[in-house]
Amino acid sequence: MATVSEKTEAPAILAKIKPAPWKDAPLVENRRSFHWVTEKICGIVESKTPTWWWWCFITALSIASFTGMGLVYLVSTGVGVWGNNNPVNWGWAIVNFVFWIGIGHAGTLISAILCLLKQKWRTSINRASEAMTVFAVLCAGIFPLFHVGRVWFAWWLFPIPNANAIWPQFRSPLEWDVFAVSTYATVSILFWYMGMIPDLAVIRDRAKETWRKYFYGILSMGWRNANNHWRNFEMAYLLLAGLSTPLVLSVHTIVSFDFAVANLPGWHTTIFPPYFVAGAIFSGFGMVLTLLLPVRAMYGLHDLITQKHIDNICKITLATGSMVGYAYSMEFFIAWYGANPYEGFAFINRAFGNYWWSYWIMVSCNVICPQLFWFKKIRENTPLVWIISIFVNIGMWFERFVIANTTLSRDFLPSSWGYYSPTVVDIFTFFGTFGFFSVLFLLFLRFLPLMPMAEVKSVMPQADPHGGKH
Amino acid sequence: MDIKYGISATFNSAKDIYIAAGKVRDKGYNNWECYTPIPIHGLDGQMGYPRSKVPCFTLAGGITGFFTGMLIVWYMNSFDYPLIVGGKPYFSPIFPFPVFYELTILFAAFGTLFGMFFLNRLPRHNHPIFEHKGFGRTGDDRFMIVIEVEDPQFDEQETESFLKDLGGKSVNIIREPID
Repeated sequence: MATVSEKTEAPAILAKIKPAPWKDAPLVENRRSFHWVTEKICGIVESKTPTWWWWCFITALSIASFTGMGLVYLVSTGVGVWGNNNPVNWGWAIVNFVFWIGIGHAGTLISAILCLLKQKWRTSINRASEAMTVFAVLCAGIFPLFHVGRVWFAWWLFPIPNANAIWPQFRSPLEWDVFAVSTYATVSILFWYMGMIPDLAVIRDRAKETWRKYFYGILSMGWRNANNHWRNFEMAYLLLAGLSTPLVLSVHTIVSFDFAVANLPGWHTTIFPPYFVAGAIFSGFGMVLTLLLPVRAMYGLHDLITQKHIDNICKITLATGSMVGYAYSMEFFIAWYGANPYEGFAFINRAFGNYWWSYWIMVSCNVICPQLFWFKKIRENTPLVWIISIFVNIGMWFERFVIANTTLSRDFLPSSWGYYSPTVVDIFTFFGTFGFFSVLFLLFLRFLPLMPMAEVKSVMPQADPHGGKH
Repeated sequence: MDIKYGISATFNSAKDIYIAAGKVRDKGYNNWECYTPIPIHGLDGQMGYPRSKVPCFTLAGGITGFFTGMLIVWYMNSFDYPLIVGGKPYFSPIFPFPVFYELTILFAAFGTLFGMFFLNRLPRHNHPIFEHKGFGRTGDDRFMIVIEVEDPQFDEQETESFLKDLGGKSVNIIREPID
């Protein structure tokens, strides 16, 4: 019956309140043509290397050398050069690992989950975010790889026959993590690469220099824009998006199992998987803003990455930041409600114990800071959005620090309590990964198509074969 | 020396090629193709293409991955070197589920990518269409229909005038050079 009355009443109400005509902001501003998009994106790769690029590249390379030095020193001396001790056996290694892995999650969310949800605004930011994912996972991999101590035996983690005739132990969440992270890295690279093939072909067809013809020719696999190719490509793209969605949710779930499966207070909770996934997406979107706002300014991409895009990213950051805040408070509630004295102590200790300062840095950066995104004025202030995104990154690093260190440094027996401080090698190695990440990202900007041209064109009005009339 | 590959006609908009493709299909041509800068929504149906076969490769990959995961866990922790850890069974489909799960996705993703390559017959770097001068623009903002010489209905004059009637611009014969 409700439908009948709605039908009769609706026009009368509409006449009375006179709703304003709703118009979606265009995804590509200033009525650009297809050719403009091609020139813009290919132009980044084809033009002369800008001076700022060289300055950034040299700086990034010198920062990356800190990781190089740290790792050489570690391998030649031993894992004791890090600040890890007993009881804090994990230290910064796990913190940095989870931090970088989490950053990657936004890229997969944009490329996969938003694709399945038909969020058309994702098209202009998905390539760069996927690149971010791949490079962040590479940075993450460094830490557990070298934390094993004798890195030349790290291949024992994989199910490959070795001289000791011992196999990996599949009951351990750390072994699940090996599978989760290596699958995540591989599938992210496949997805990133496959999406790039048509764009690489466009650059190939425009190439003048021989090296360019060969480089892009080989990478584009002989793609020829044929509808038969597009048909299989689109299906494969959709399937990879469908596969990456459960994958990205599982990766941080399994990372959280590294903690949650252990019987330690503060870790042994069922909230960890969703809480970790929300936190990962939160930190990743923070990093997307940190990277894309400067890229947008340097290459003048304001027509492609519009205020609407920034608004949407800010809103997702706000939503996931609030979820993380909810998880923090829920952890406290359950610690009290569960009536386990060790669990209760672990949480009081987090907020007011030996690492209280890190807890409050975490809360202010992750819970309070993103709340500013409720305001349109702040979302439209690009420099401020960029600064907030940096705070999100800092806050999420501290979240992992709080989780890993407060629990390990204060476990069941006061006799085994300890305190962890990083050494200069820890700091150098972590600091350098930002350089390593930037080196890879700058190379990506220089040599690979920054945006999926075909996808951006597909969401422009000209792409509609029915001329706007369905 | 060269041989003819086909006749091309370009169109300026997605709408034009969408309509033209339907007419080429109705005329009964079989060996023809549309070259477009974007995947045009509904063009598959206009060209009379069936649904893509990529999902079969994905499914095959996924099933292989799942059982590979089961096999390695069973073989390594239960058959070849039984290991007691935490009083858990040597093999169970429950505790190593993350391993099966990840390998399912990994193999399915490889199946998808290589399935796409296989169905598109890629990599192939020497296609005659690359010899066509106007081909580069099909990645940019031109839409092109090519009717191949191989088609049983192909007739140089008739096909050419047919494409012109459809509104095709710069109707050209594509030649494939042979040494």
